[in-house]
Amino acid sequence: MKPTDISNPDYFHKVVDCQWACPAHTPVPEYIRLIAEKRYTDAYMINWESNVFPGILGRTCDRPCEPACRRVRVEEQPVAICRLKRVAADYKSDIQARLPKIPKKKNGRHIALVGAGPASLTVARDLLPLGYEITLFDRDDASGGAMRTQIPRFRLPVEVLEEELNYILDMGINCRFGTEITSMKELLAEDFDAIFVGTGAPLGKTLKLPGHEEAAANIHTGIEWLANVAFEHIDSIGETVIVLGGGNTAMDCCRSSKRLGGKDVKVVVRSGFDEMKASPWEIEDAMNEDIPILNFCVPKRYLLKDGKLCGMEFEKVRREYDENGKRLLIPTGEDPLVLPCDDVLCAIGQDNAFPWIERNLGIEFDRWELPVLNQTTFQSTNEKVFFGGDAALGPDNIITAVAHGHSAALSIHLLCEGQDVNDRPGDLTTLDSQKMGIHQWSYDNDISHDVRYIVPHASKEKTLNDINVEVELGFDEELGFAETQRCLNCDVQTVFTAKTCIECDACVDICPTDCITFTANGAEKDLRQRLLAPAENLEQDLYVSDTLGTGRIMAKNEDLCLHCGLCAERCPTSAWDMQKYLYNTAKAVNA
Amino acid sequence: MSYIVKPRFHHPGLQKNDLGYTRRDYEGTLTTLCGGCGHDSISAAIIHAVHDMSLAPHQVAKVSGIGCSSKIPAYFLERSHGFNSVHGRMPSIATGANLANRELYYIGISGDGDTASIGLGQFCHIVRRRINMLYMVANNGTYGLTKGQLSATADPGSKTKFGEESQYDNIDLVSLAIDLGASFVARSFSGDKEQLVPLIQAGLSHRGFAFIDVISPCVTFNNTPFSTHGYKNTWENNVVLSEIDFVPMRKEITARYSAGKEKEITLHDGSVIHLHKTSGDYDPYDRENALYHVNEYKKQGKIATGLLYINQSQSDLHELNDTVDKPFNRLNEHDLCPGGDVLQDINETFM
Repeated sequence: MKPTDISNPDYFHKVVDCQWACPAHTPVPEYIRLIAEKRYTDAYMINWESNVFPGILGRTCDRPCEPACRRVRVEEQPVAICRLKRVAADYKSDIQARLPKIPKKKNGRHIALVGAGPASLTVARDLLPLGYEITLFDRDDASGGAMRTQIPRFRLPVEVLEEELNYILDMGINCRFGTEITSMKELLAEDFDAIFVGTGAPLGKTLKLPGHEEAAANIHTGIEWLANVAFEHIDSIGETVIVLGGGNTAMDCCRSSKRLGGKDVKVVVRSGFDEMKASPWEIEDAMNEDIPILNFCVPKRYLLKDGKLCGMEFEKVRREYDENGKRLLIPTGEDPLVLPCDDVLCAIGQDNAFPWIERNLGIEFDRWELPVLNQTTFQSTNEKVFFGGDAALGPDNIITAVAHGHSAALSIHLLCEGQDVNDRPGDLTTLDSQKMGIHQWSYDNDISHDVRYIVPHASKEKTLNDINVEVELGFDEELGFAETQRCLNCDVQTVFTAKTCIECDACVDICPTDCITFTANGAEKDLRQRLLAPAENLEQDLYVSDTLGTGRIMAKNEDLCLHCGLCAERCPTSAWDMQKYLYNTAKAVNA
Repeated sequence: MSYIVKPRFHHPGLQKNDLGYTRRDYEGTLTTLCGGCGHDSISAAIIHAVHDMSLAPHQVAKVSGIGCSSKIPAYFLERSHGFNSVHGRMPSIATGANLANRELYYIGISGDGDTASIGLGQFCHIVRRRINMLYMVANNGTYGLTKGQLSATADPGSKTKFGEESQYDNIDLVSLAIDLGASFVARSFSGDKEQLVPLIQAGLSHRGFAFIDVISPCVTFNNTPFSTHGYKNTWENNVVLSEIDFVPMRKEITARYSAGKEKEITLHDGSVIHLHKTSGDYDPYDRENALYHVNEYKKQGKIATGLLYINQSQSDLHELNDTVDKPFNRLNEHDLCPGGDVLQDINETFM
């Protein structure tokens, strides 16, 4: 293998698994250390710069960082990164003075944002400090998009939502809420310098089965129903409710039903329980509220009594795999399952819909009716029109929408400056030694062996009787601190200097996870098997040094490194050093 | 020394031995030696060796004297027996322990000061008495614990980091051990575990006195370009006389070296070593030949390593003295006071 090029900004970024997995690349270990130091406001601001909605995301994020957490490779549970983010939001002090200053004198550019969800608001957050004028459209009467309409208040209190929306709205935006844009052609004619479309995936799917027409009054589309609940247009539901679907929307629907009068609420999914798309913690919370989840039941018809919905019939199936490994659902031949119900909530998916974009404006759509985009710049085939969030690539999550927003804002800025949107500034990185003394580092390398701490919940008596009572209470400062100590500080990198190494084996002998081997060089596949402990995880790199004095090389398996710094502590020549790698994505302000 | 405790997390694929233990279960407390000290690699090599042999920790006794070397037993096999004796007197303790319980595996750890200076007399006698043990010297040619004076094993011409040159001939412990009748004599290098680990295993399996002289650089006081005990010099001048593969009892035999050039040696406990000679006329069964080779390479400034000499026909102390088979702690009242009949029988032998 060739020596590893650690100057490649991706190399050490990949080692910070949580940050690498985060669509917005939030520097997770950095803010976790700040929380441990009780510097909650500093921790919050690092988040705010990167993901814009720390308080909201600290409660609702899909947490792609957590399955990536290095901790799961040496024990069972990842660091509770998401809930630590919430600790920063809960315990911060006033941040007004730290928000970017908005220039009084504008730069003469005017941008339209369609849809007031996380993607659009991120674009606004990035462009307003640069002197842009922003007009924000939404068909609803309030901003927030899916964060307001799809996430029930018992998961996200309205005060938390509005606090973080207002940080952006207060920067000075022309808000045109309650106005649905019906024609892109007309919007283009308004002569904005750029238009950003962040309209989400607003079309809920319904299940058209025999009986649907007659029972329609009691069959609801999940996302529409949740929006109506959020805006308090709906405040009750029948006593017996069936929720169809196994995603997070289904979990929100069933738990909301339970709070609006549903006594017997069931979730029914077609395939296996283990195939459900909902986040494990959402499923767990629903089951904790005594909501049964029935699997392998395929809905067949709506049952009617006196012209009104009275139940549903399901066919029971079992799972088999064909010769290509494709999962099949085979009817078991048992009697159909009949479940009585007063209402059915269909949470079986959602679609994008752009009926308001005329197809002769130079904005191309692909065969799934999604806009044709450059996935780095988020520019459509009309150079002035950009897409982000669910509107861009189909239904995903808030943190992805934020990441799109940052990228699109940078593109819009480059466009308005007359520059090539593809010629983007490099990401911002620093790599600094953390050495303070012979065995002293500026980070706490003595990691905790504790298992993941559980977030306390409010009692069910309280939460099930009021849809506005938040279920999760969040970590208090003490629990939050204990959880921070589980973080392995993966951003503090082991940096090796071949020319000072004397090949004494001190690092090899001390490494708790057998990461380091001195051996003859070879092809990667061969080398991975010859290490002290085989490096089986091909997603994780080998860090390979230049040739050493004995003709061997140092090969370090990044997979299981605990970043405990013992290699560097035992190294007599400081050939190993612990250096903190800070990585931030380039944003509009850096162009 | 490091201030933190070594994390308990380990590689999830870490192999378990026949007893269900991982290598981490054979560790000791975190080392307090200087970072880069060869002695830590010796600890690590012992941990590897004993784990691979599936010895239970309670089957092993660690004995040592005084010096940096003699601290090592704290850093491996935390759950084994141990005795840290006075300077140079480890052989007496080892002899006594071995007489009392012949079933344990004894690992004696000493240094060049502890063995070649203050303990030289004791060393000579434990070799001569053929105690069944593995005696290892962590040899760095310097007195590290007293800040880097030249030791009795420092080669003539070798310099300390303060510039002091060794005026005297060195005591070569390998030659001495062969000369005094040790039945297993090897030399190795702390930096080369591929060589050291099988030697430790073979030494533990060998019945009789097994001696390994391990060049173990003192990174703080004796690792200069002018030192013959530094890392660089040892890597560059290491001449391997024989390479061995160790195959513990009951394990399938798979050789690392090409067939034909190697000898298969079955040790007393049924383990096997595959000995691969890398030097043509060298014979590890021939004492004079082994001594000749060691000295020839020494004249050239080279360090002969590997299994240098082995003699499997020699009886150990217990055999020579026809001692009781059982360890003392398992002898009961009947064994010790077998009664008048036995006394009568004994008396009759004097008639």
